[in-house]
Amino acid sequence: MSVVTVPEKTSAATAVRRGARRPRAIVLNLVAVAIGLAGWTLLSSVGVQGLPGPVEVAARAGELTLDGTLLQDVLASLRRVLLGFALGTLLAIPVGFLMGWYGTARGLLEPYVQFFRTIPPLAIIPLAIVLMGIGEVPKVFVIFLAAFLSSVVATFQGVVGVDSTLINAARVLGASDRVIFLKVVVPASTPFILVGMRIGLGSAWGTLVAAELIAAQEGLGFRMQQAQLYYDLSTIFVGLIAIGVLGLVMDRLLLLTERRLTGWQERR
Amino acid sequence: MNNKISFREVVKTYPMKDTTFNALDRVSLDIADREFVTVVGPSGCGKSTLMGMAAGLVQPTAGEVLVDGVPVTGPGPDRGVIFQQYALFPWLTVRKNVEFGLRLAALPAGERRLRAERAIELVGLSDFADALPKTLSGGMKQRCAIARAYAVNPQVLLMDEPFGALDALTRVQLQDQLLHTWSQEQRTVMFITHDVDEAVYLARRVVVMAARPGRVQTVIEVDLPYPRTEEMRLSAEFGQIRNEVWHSVYHQAAPAA
Ligand SMILES: Nc1ncnc2c1ncn2[C@@H]1O[C@H](COP(=O)(O)OP(=O)(O)O)[C@@H](O)[C@H]1O
Ligand SMILES: [Mg+2]
Repeated sequence: MSVVTVPEKTSAATAVRRGARRPRAIVLNLVAVAIGLAGWTLLSSVGVQGLPGPVEVAARAGELTLDGTLLQDVLASLRRVLLGFALGTLLAIPVGFLMGWYGTARGLLEPYVQFFRTIPPLAIIPLAIVLMGIGEVPKVFVIFLAAFLSSVVATFQGVVGVDSTLINAARVLGASDRVIFLKVVVPASTPFILVGMRIGLGSAWGTLVAAELIAAQEGLGFRMQQAQLYYDLSTIFVGLIAIGVLGLVMDRLLLLTERRLTGWQERR
Repeated sequence: MNNKISFREVVKTYPMKDTTFNALDRVSLDIADREFVTVVGPSGCGKSTLMGMAAGLVQPTAGEVLVDGVPVTGPGPDRGVIFQQYALFPWLTVRKNVEFGLRLAALPAGERRLRAERAIELVGLSDFADALPKTLSGGMKQRCAIARAYAVNPQVLLMDEPFGALDALTRVQLQDQLLHTWSQEQRTVMFITHDVDEAVYLARRVVVMAARPGRVQTVIEVDLPYPRTEEMRLSAEFGQIRNEVWHSVYHQAAPAA
């Protein structure tokens, strides 16, 4: 054979580029964090009114960890977001497939999906509270809605965008519609679904905190709301950082899953 | 009757804004059992549409396509199709791609593995059987697609510009390999190309099509014996036939509006 790429080599090189980041980049990241902390310390020490420095915030985080409040809030928030996200995604995937595969389903569902997509999920909160009370249900519902709407659109677009040549290739090998759906459409749209889930998770997380600001007895949003009443800026910072770190961790976990499941994609 | 594929006055029209577009206008063509026919013609003259009808992927507006005397109503594993864009399932390894049709045929696992193995070996991809398509070069991808078609052992091979995207050297190698396999297994091959050289080198007959409306312009016999060799490409006879095909493709009478 003439010019061939050696697969082992290619994939190994790609793995290095994607997986373990180059040391230089990591050093730069650390430098950026150090500069940020230094700037923050400076701002708080030259006396921006009441702004706590990193040390104070770390101390407050230590207190909140020791008395169990932080863990309790984190768990409360995570429980809501994961429940709403799981329900939203579980419903979005079959609905997205239905919309992509059957013209009738698309015609019936698309107006609703498109309409509700233009309403920020937070705007549903007043309605949800009136209809569902102030317990867990309205919060989980709003998160569910946020996750559902992102994932349903992504899944639908993934199904519609499946390369028709692949479908034809399966058909000429004797595949029935069922086989085409299961063996071609589902795997081919997986990357889109996973991207939709990541967007959905981000939007669920953002919605969660806002929902907790309004009515909750525990959770990161609730804790910050309480802290605001007492001008307790350190606690607010702890809450913000916890939200950021948790959001980042969840996003990275999904990204890892995505890479694992869709490593077959050609990346340009 | 020894016609493997018969196109009988097939017509394909596509509705346009305010008129209909005549992609194929009453095309008739017979391809004999075990014949190797190539189809050339300017882009847009309906080559893919014609082949799609034989594959069962395109419904004729009028007329019919017979395979073994039976009207085609849909795709089937008796007709293998190879697409220019390879159309490999990117999430499956070479082996799994090749086994795709065999699984659908519900072959026992042992038989399936054996047939996939043989097909992969035939196209020289044994060392890459467990590689994903993204790690393969264009030529290797097309070999894999060919192996996938061979594995289900179709009587007819329909190939739509399969080597069009490959570099010249790889193309020549795959042409020779295709002819070699064909000489052993004697399938009926309908092969579309826009490369006049390729059309003449492979075929017993070259079908030249014309556009607007899509139709058969001429059919040119290639009076060269098989096996074809690289020396033949340089022979005077080859050159003469190539000129004839070339002329008929590129100096077509202007279409009647
Ligand atoms: N689905 C379609 N709708 C409208 N026009 C089409 C469609 N498919 C093909 N055509 C038109 O039919 C003509 C023939 O197409 P095709 O068979 O792909 O030509 P070729 O393979 O010879 O380049 C082209 O002009 C193309 O634009
Ligand atoms: Mg074409």
